[in-house]
Amino acid sequence: MPIEVAFDAVLVLLLLGLAGTALHVRRLYTAVLLFVIFGLLLAITWARLGAVDLALAEAAIGAGLIGVMLLTALARSGAEPAMRSGRLGVAVSSVLAVLVTALLALAVLPLAERTVDLPELVSAQMTNSGVSHPVTAVLLNFRGWDTLLELVVLLLAFLGVRQLGPAGGSLPAAWPLLDAWSRLLAPLSIMLAGYLLWRGSAAPGGAFQAGAVLAAGAVMLHLAGLLPRIGWSNWQVRVLMLAGIAVFALVAAGTHWLGAGWLNYPLSWSKALIVLVEIAATCSIATTLTLLVIGEREQPTP
Amino acid sequence: MSSVIPYLLGGVALWVLGLHALLLQPSALRRIMAVNVMGSGVFMVMVALGSRNSPIDPVLQALVVTGLVVAASATAFALRLATAGPYEEPDEQDDSAQGRP
Repeated sequence: MPIEVAFDAVLVLLLLGLAGTALHVRRLYTAVLLFVIFGLLLAITWARLGAVDLALAEAAIGAGLIGVMLLTALARSGAEPAMRSGRLGVAVSSVLAVLVTALLALAVLPLAERTVDLPELVSAQMTNSGVSHPVTAVLLNFRGWDTLLELVVLLLAFLGVRQLGPAGGSLPAAWPLLDAWSRLLAPLSIMLAGYLLWRGSAAPGGAFQAGAVLAAGAVMLHLAGLLPRIGWSNWQVRVLMLAGIAVFALVAAGTHWLGAGWLNYPLSWSKALIVLVEIAATCSIATTLTLLVIGEREQPTP
Repeated sequence: MSSVIPYLLGGVALWVLGLHALLLQPSALRRIMAVNVMGSGVFMVMVALGSRNSPIDPVLQALVVTGLVVAASATAFALRLATAGPYEEPDEQDDSAQGRP
């Protein structure tokens, strides 16, 4: 038992140290690299806490895609302005931070003892959900609304980025090793995404993880200059991007008109409907995340 | 699961660390990273609360999976805003973009 406690303590201290250094280290490039490592350690933390679905999503999105986005933004942004606050400001804010931490800790710690009955409710209803993995059941069946609206948020973020126009800046010529690796890893990422999507009904995995892995594969191809120019102007891209919301909304409307209610799947159909929605959502998530990361209409390397 | 208290405290500390940097740092990129660290702190408190009972509470885990994707899309939008240059008229050639030559 003490070894486990030591592991937890080291993991949390490492996370805090990485976050603190990433936010305050002088060179911005070092900061971005430390932030990516922070994301990877966070994935380990989720796995340690038993949230395997989350660890998969964090490793692909939190560490991979956000890292690429930060590095791209770093290449586009100018020199960093210097810190304004003097020594007194830093001291006062640090004291305040310690006080706020203490207050929040006092508020949060009593929750560790309390138990809730929501997990029992979920496990009692699992036989009615059509899938055997509780997280997928919550995401696609019990709380289908959240997932539908999340797809809308993803689309809104993309439309917002699109309003700002092409980002400019061109990629440097691909490194030979990156070229070879991306040719090898991209088909693997498709296979892995298919596996994650299919296993999602019975084990950790599902639409988000599969979509994120697919997007990571596409981003790598883009970095090697192998991805054709894609954007909102291609109708295939548009169809893929809207497929998730369209299929989900159609299923919701269909269950509302013909069945028991909004997103209330009939029991014999629920597995098929969930898999259908998950496939469409995977396509949408993968396409939208890819375009969010690589930006639209960027000139590929000649 | 042994004890969730280190993770609860760690989540709270991460949130405050992010807030502190958000208020002090002048650079947009660092502020976006700071908001992400704050989000990770909130996620950590939620996942730690979810793993009080074993197996882990699927509702909280699903909420955090959703939150992760929303946080990533917000970050992408924020980064694009932070690096946006002055407004320029869009050019007219975007309808012909079909595959790479």
